[in-house]
Amino acid sequence: MLLRHTSKEIVNRKALTINPAKTCQPIGAMYAALGIHGCLPHSHGSQGCCAYHRSTLTRHYKEPVMAATSSFTEGASVFGGQANLVQAIDNIFTIYDPEVIAVHTTCLSETIGDDIPQIAGKAQADGKIPAGKYVIHANTPSYTGSHVTGFASMTRAMVDYFARSSGQRSDRINIIPGYVEPSDMEEIRRIAVEMGVRIILFPDTSNVLNRPQTGRYEMFPKGGVTVEELMSTGDSRTTLALGRLASGSAARALDTRCKVPCEILDLPIGLNATDAFVDALRKAAAVSVPDTITTERGRMLDIITDMHQYFYGKKVALTGDPDQLVSLSEFLVSIDMQPIHIVTGTPGKKFETRIREITGEVPHRVNIGAPGDMFLFHQWIKNDPVDLLMGNSYVKYIARDEDIPFVRFGFPITDRIGHSYFPTVGYRGGMRLLEKILDALLDRKDRDSPEESFELVM
Amino acid sequence: MSTDVSVIHTERKDQIHRKGEGDFDLSCNRDSLAGAVSQRACVFCGSRVVLYPIADALHLVHGPIGCAAYTWDIRGALSSGPELHRMSFSTDLQERDVIFGGEEKLHKALDELIDRHAPKAAFVYSTCIVGIIGDDIETVCASVAEKKGIPVVPVQSEGFKGNKRAGYHAACKAMFRLMGTGDTSGIPILGINILGDFNLAGEMWIIKDYFRRMGIETVACITGDGRVDDLRRAHGASLNVVQCSGATMDLADMMKKSFGVPHLRVSYFGVEDMAESLYSVAHFFQDKDPGIMDRTRALVKEELSRLYPVLQEFRKALTGKKAAIYVGGAFKAFSLVRAFRLLGMQVVLVGSQTGTDEDYRELYEITDEGTIIVDDSNPLELTSFLKEKDVDVFVGGVKERPIAYKLGVGFCDHNHERKEPLEGFIGMANFAREVHSSVKSPVWRFVPRRNGRV
Repeated sequence: MLLRHTSKEIVNRKALTINPAKTCQPIGAMYAALGIHGCLPHSHGSQGCCAYHRSTLTRHYKEPVMAATSSFTEGASVFGGQANLVQAIDNIFTIYDPEVIAVHTTCLSETIGDDIPQIAGKAQADGKIPAGKYVIHANTPSYTGSHVTGFASMTRAMVDYFARSSGQRSDRINIIPGYVEPSDMEEIRRIAVEMGVRIILFPDTSNVLNRPQTGRYEMFPKGGVTVEELMSTGDSRTTLALGRLASGSAARALDTRCKVPCEILDLPIGLNATDAFVDALRKAAAVSVPDTITTERGRMLDIITDMHQYFYGKKVALTGDPDQLVSLSEFLVSIDMQPIHIVTGTPGKKFETRIREITGEVPHRVNIGAPGDMFLFHQWIKNDPVDLLMGNSYVKYIARDEDIPFVRFGFPITDRIGHSYFPTVGYRGGMRLLEKILDALLDRKDRDSPEESFELVM
Repeated sequence: MSTDVSVIHTERKDQIHRKGEGDFDLSCNRDSLAGAVSQRACVFCGSRVVLYPIADALHLVHGPIGCAAYTWDIRGALSSGPELHRMSFSTDLQERDVIFGGEEKLHKALDELIDRHAPKAAFVYSTCIVGIIGDDIETVCASVAEKKGIPVVPVQSEGFKGNKRAGYHAACKAMFRLMGTGDTSGIPILGINILGDFNLAGEMWIIKDYFRRMGIETVACITGDGRVDDLRRAHGASLNVVQCSGATMDLADMMKKSFGVPHLRVSYFGVEDMAESLYSVAHFFQDKDPGIMDRTRALVKEELSRLYPVLQEFRKALTGKKAAIYVGGAFKAFSLVRAFRLLGMQVVLVGSQTGTDEDYRELYEITDEGTIIVDDSNPLELTSFLKEKDVDVFVGGVKERPIAYKLGVGFCDHNHERKEPLEGFIGMANFAREVHSSVKSPVWRFVPRRNGRV
């Protein structure tokens, strides 16, 4: 497969990405927008962009994904997309009747210079936006950043368009969960509820992209943060932003606009990061950590205790998005594993510095690619083999070719289920990750052990 | 239950027809309504799906990363040899390139890739942004081709320049540039090109084998399990056998015009269409090889004697069940309608993303009274039709599957994500099994809407 075309010799590439470890901004914006209740994401560009994003999200979530498009033609590309967008807004409110249309741009509409607020203003003036309905937007040209920054921009747009301060502080805490799965958003909410903290979680794709089978199809499912909630984020006591890259910008905007102070934390993946999250929540809401949460933590720790010999010294190669990789690397180091090849397609100097810190004690050379791609990732693995791979479904080619155990993690996962329903954040999510890592390592041990040392008890 | 008319936009009313209600005059081949949740894709998408199965070519996407990322090995087009087509190569254009142009980057990328992978040819896909910033990829390709001594072919697939069909055309134009450049010596009189099959789940191999048993050699597979050198000598074949409505028909036309290669339109899907296809090719060669008809009859007989007992079993279980079809090209829908009939099932909805007037008229002819015929539909309409007709199985692609499942309706992927070959006689058995596995699944008993009915 990929193996025979991937050479071991690494040459420096400047003009070329092979087997990307990222994708473009608009899909992240679309995913974030789906986390607003009653929102129809809208792709201001050619039809293909929208079709690709919907297909990719559908493959990952096995859910219907709704989004509209301006259906650019050659004419629109010459004369600008204003007519298309105004007509689209009109059609969408007439036919689909969402609460919010969340427009994101594409490389095409950015390059021809369409000004979305001006166009939305025209639609407003022409009476195309019904009372009580909203059109918001984020600029997401595909030639900068990645899907993660697209997500961050749309999340920030939620603040820019909706957050306002009434002058009255509420007792609520804003939590921006970051570019994580619907199951993770659900788990973050559960932890907060368990701690007795009232929160506004945005965006929130749970019950949008992990819906039950009900025999009915709803274009706008019951999940998602409501516009009303988004408006009141400006009155909240504080904001906890999980994941610097995906959530930082929205949190800072809330601080600037509405003077809601924020704390930017790592995604709560692994013991330390979850501790930090729970502690921040405890302090922010002035509550104490309930026994139920302490018990969960104890159980996670118990698994690590029981099985720590199996983690010892295992080398791991991981690829994914920066916020996830930061927490995951820290987690792996904390259970005595050695992340040695770490690749993200999303560029970032701060990321590299942070990973260097985290892996400072790893007694092995650590390769960090930011930006890197899966071709480079594979080459590193060939030159310096590992015991475990972690990454999205595309990593399975490498796992097969190099015969290395593999745990699926990240986006997209197109060949397994679970990520929509079972979180990897929090203590429970940590337990699930530990189980997955152990299953992969121990299944391999079982497979490869000679008969005489094939063990029943592990 | 009747369809909720509020989901149908006024401007779309003439793109939907119910057979038996008034004269048939379906509007199609129109740009999608802005703001539609259309199931359609773009020019680039069309070009990419057609060319991608050419396994020993380099496929370089000149544009921002998304276009390459979303098309990275998502279509199971199998290769019996090289696997270069399964990698994703992109110039990953950045803001700087958009401002100053991406030609130099493209040049460098091609240099490096051709040196490392030694492909037989390179296809360079242009994307929306390239069309806007005006990179001259034609010149870059020509200069690299000269330097490296392989064909470097630009594919004019800027996304906004139309829908998928325009992309098929661009792909055909690109392939046509290779034709006539190879040595045709040694090609037998009974030599054909197979066009419009992409070797999903190995379907090309099944079809190629049928032709082999008839005494016919395949010169070029276009494009499933395709090879550059075969394309270069494809003009030496006596006949182009073309499947599918839009994807490669343009290429067959170009080859006819320039090289005088005649073509036959066929379908490998369903028993009647499959047999008919083989007979029509046999008929074409009858003068050259009088024994070919007998061999073909023997082949069909042998295959059918194996297939019928299997089909009878499925037919028993499926008779009276209702099917809905929504596919990319309408041509596939003709065969599907007939195949469902063979299984005793009724087609109550049929539609496509890119059907032509001619396509829809033919659909109108072969469907039953009351069948809904629709062009460029959207999820709300489809949902409403599925409920109204109380459908048992929906045939569609990736975006339609979860809609069917949410409603508690069975599904069969007749698109990129098929896992079993659905073409050929064996394919009909697989199709019947797939439909059966979904229609008769006990899971539907748990779906509230169906009240324990399966």
